Amino acid sequence: MSLLDIKNLSVRFGDATAIPVVDGLDLCVEKGEVLAIVGESGSGKSVTMMALTGLIDAPGIVTADSLQFDGTDMLRLKGRQRRHIVGKDLSMVFQDPMTALNPSFTVGFQIEEVLRQHLNLKGQAARQRALQLLDRVEIPAAASSLNAYPHQLSGGMSQRVAIAMAIAAEPKLLIADEPTTALDVTIQAQIMDLLVGLQREQNMGLVLITHDLAVVAETAQRVCVMYAGQAVEIGNVPQLFSAPSHPYTEALLKAIPEHSQGQRRLTTLPGIVPGRYDRPMGCLLSPRCPYAQAHCREQRPTLDAHERGAARCFYPLNLTAEVA
Amino acid sequence: MTTQATLDPSLFYPSPLKEFWQAFAHNKGAVAGLAFMILLVICALFAPWIAPHDPSEQYREFLLTPPAWLEGGQLQFLLGTDEVGRDLLSRLIHGARLSLLIGLASVLMSLIPGILLGLVAGFFPRLLGPSIMRLMDIMLALPSLLLAVAIVAILGPGLINTIFAIAIVSLPSYVRLTRAAVMGELNRDYVTAARLAGASLPRLMFITVLPNCMAPLIVQATLSFSSAILDAAALGFLGLGVQPPTPEWGTMLASARDYIERAWWVVSLPGLTILLSVLAINLMGDGLRDALDPKLKNAQ
Amino acid sequence: MFAFIARRLGLLIPTFFGVTLLTFALIRMIPGDPVEVMMGERRVDPEMHAQAMERLGLNKPLYAQYFDYIGKLAQGDLGESLRTRTSVWDEFTTLFPATLELSLAALLFAGTLGLIAGVIAALKRGSLFDHGVMGISLAGYSMPIFWWGLLLIMFFSVWLGWTPVSGRIDLLYDIPPVTGFMLIDTLLSDEEGAFVDALRHLILPAIVLGTIPLAVIARMTRSAMLEVLREDYVRTARAKGLSPARVVFVHGLRNALIPVLTVFGLQVGALLAGAVLTETIFSWPGIGKWLIESIGARDYPVVQNGILLIACLVILVNFVVDILYGLANPRIRHQR
Repeated sequence: MSLLDIKNLSVRFGDATAIPVVDGLDLCVEKGEVLAIVGESGSGKSVTMMALTGLIDAPGIVTADSLQFDGTDMLRLKGRQRRHIVGKDLSMVFQDPMTALNPSFTVGFQIEEVLRQHLNLKGQAARQRALQLLDRVEIPAAASSLNAYPHQLSGGMSQRVAIAMAIAAEPKLLIADEPTTALDVTIQAQIMDLLVGLQREQNMGLVLITHDLAVVAETAQRVCVMYAGQAVEIGNVPQLFSAPSHPYTEALLKAIPEHSQGQRRLTTLPGIVPGRYDRPMGCLLSPRCPYAQAHCREQRPTLDAHERGAARCFYPLNLTAEVA
Repeated sequence: MTTQATLDPSLFYPSPLKEFWQAFAHNKGAVAGLAFMILLVICALFAPWIAPHDPSEQYREFLLTPPAWLEGGQLQFLLGTDEVGRDLLSRLIHGARLSLLIGLASVLMSLIPGILLGLVAGFFPRLLGPSIMRLMDIMLALPSLLLAVAIVAILGPGLINTIFAIAIVSLPSYVRLTRAAVMGELNRDYVTAARLAGASLPRLMFITVLPNCMAPLIVQATLSFSSAILDAAALGFLGLGVQPPTPEWGTMLASARDYIERAWWVVSLPGLTILLSVLAINLMGDGLRDALDPKLKNAQ
Repeated sequence: MFAFIARRLGLLIPTFFGVTLLTFALIRMIPGDPVEVMMGERRVDPEMHAQAMERLGLNKPLYAQYFDYIGKLAQGDLGESLRTRTSVWDEFTTLFPATLELSLAALLFAGTLGLIAGVIAALKRGSLFDHGVMGISLAGYSMPIFWWGLLLIMFFSVWLGWTPVSGRIDLLYDIPPVTGFMLIDTLLSDEEGAFVDALRHLILPAIVLGTIPLAVIARMTRSAMLEVLREDYVRTARAKGLSPARVVFVHGLRNALIPVLTVFGLQVGALLAGAVLTETIFSWPGIGKWLIESIGARDYPVVQNGILLIACLVILVNFVVDILYGLANPRIRHQR
């Protein structure tokens, strides 16, 4: 059984007729696997994971056939039961570390809070464990950092603290929502190394939300590409990079500088992600897709499995056997 | 050339006035406040014609007559009479004159010097600015009503002194606000551009910078208008403001205190009028802030 | 932290001297002859007039008069009341506990109710409760409290007869002033029912005085809470699996308190101004009523130095609030 198995997840803001921000998403993560979710801003990556952890508030509506995590359906859980899992077995690291930590409390307080909540550790025991955690995330002078306030830390240090908080209760699945986007380039690699190192050590599942394909290539085993709230392609890492089957994935790959050697300008996809009110009738990518046919503009494709994974396209690219 | 005629007018930028009104009208409380204020202004302007009686005429045979709808009420005294038989409604209507006059005069008397001092403080940040601000800090160290009380205690009670005291008391907030706004604007490129173009200091102060600082000042002026009415009534109530028999709302309340057990209307009505007027102005102030200062609105 | 306090103290000194200048000038600004004004009669005998000028030091140049004034203040000499011939400082210290007790009761009322109402309104944004809190607080903010006091007296004291009309305690009781706080003194004395009586005297004035702070605190708490609840760290706290109560009250309220505390501090000045009105309405024997009566009696030494004392009090309280603000907000504390 998969560690995480999402079936037909939709998230809407407003009433049931509102355009979904996440639209019928299926996703699974195995134990100890690194899954990357990539896509432009606003494609529903973060919202998916917020829905999983129950962080979507009214007027947001979350519907799904199932949100299985480690054998329990998160959707059926009520407050207290959900809070036993969230922050313990299922934890998150967020994008901007400078705002993700509470400015009024010390680092130590914020880490020990998790230990008290989920492991019932108090006083000296909690302090010791917090110290170990800071060592674990490679924070120098861990003891003095425990008494530091977030505003005294750099962005990279803050993110390390946030990671320490997230792994405090040894989660089975860690969701890292663009963990390096807000950081300096030089720090980004360090934080990624740290995350991957921890993932291997603890053999936890890792969902990495990012739009940095270079990072994906280095760290993830599988990728889910999202566009306008839908998964458009799911595949394994080396294959998806060498032979993308969805035009959108191909466009994303072409926009990486390393892939466009010799060309003077990076190839970009014209246009923008459709908003709430200008969604096309057919395939959501059809207005921007260089391969679009008349058929594509009239009907919506479904996510169909093929030889290397699955793609939401009538005319998948790079396949040996032509799909009818 | 016919294409121009067919353009949808809703695509044009709305005129600033229209845009302002749309934003203001969006706030229902503000519109209600405005309506009440208009009513008040009409009462104040045309008091002698609107008021059914002379406010100081004493009808000796009708002492403490209850309002018309109560038992023993007289139709000619719609809201009843006070302890010496004066018509309450007429006194309230004439009181509107006084309150609005005090509010308007004190706002003008503090707004203009306040803006000048604030501009000077903003444009001369070396010596003059800090000394002005220190002085304002000292004035702010005293609660406004207490400072007003102190000033009136020295100058003696009366209408002019009340206005004067309230004007002095509200000066610091204008100075602070103007200076803060000026300091914010001075670093902008358009000011540098005007400087380079050789604009003189007065031109820089009044034509380049000041118009861009007006939004918070207008909101502050509204709010201090309402607190001026409140403070004037408080001074009147303490016997330090406008003296009886002038029909000032606070003064009326002070003399009504003794009849608290017998005639609720002489106590309730003047206060209710003060509350409604102040509330109306504050509601308007909220609406003005929303309409004039989009930054503040979005921060809410 | 020490450097932070020292820096704030440094700002305090010029403000203090400014206030003494102000109160000094107050007396000098009395129109007409100061001796005639103080004696309350016209055409004082010239010899007596000269004596009075000599005694009050009014024949010296202005700067010398100011230095005399400061010199006396430095020795703790605040002059004596023209009416009672007791020292201003003694009168102030006897009356101040009454004002303090009233103000603390008002702040307690405004603080607890305002925080609770503000937090609930923010959590239930857009609900009927939220609109109700906002409407009531706007009305409270616009309230002429001297009228509000009369209204409450009319309703609770005159019609319902639940609370007494004026004073701190019924004349039946003879309570020796130990702390000056009637609630504590009645508990210390063995008079039966005195504590309850003192409480019944306190309740209406405290509500009246607390009304405007209540409105301000409720509004401020609501908007600060709304802002804070949108912050990333609140999301982090929820993602930790903390209970909603802990998220709201520990992670949310702690940060929302920072702006609320500032407003709280600003309210102290307004509170003392309100005390003048409240004490007048309820005949509460505190410094507000004392000041107004002194003005009525042209007791200028009391007016002058009473205002000085109140100003110092406000400055001091604002100083304390500043320090508290530093304690509540680590970012301010570490500023160099």
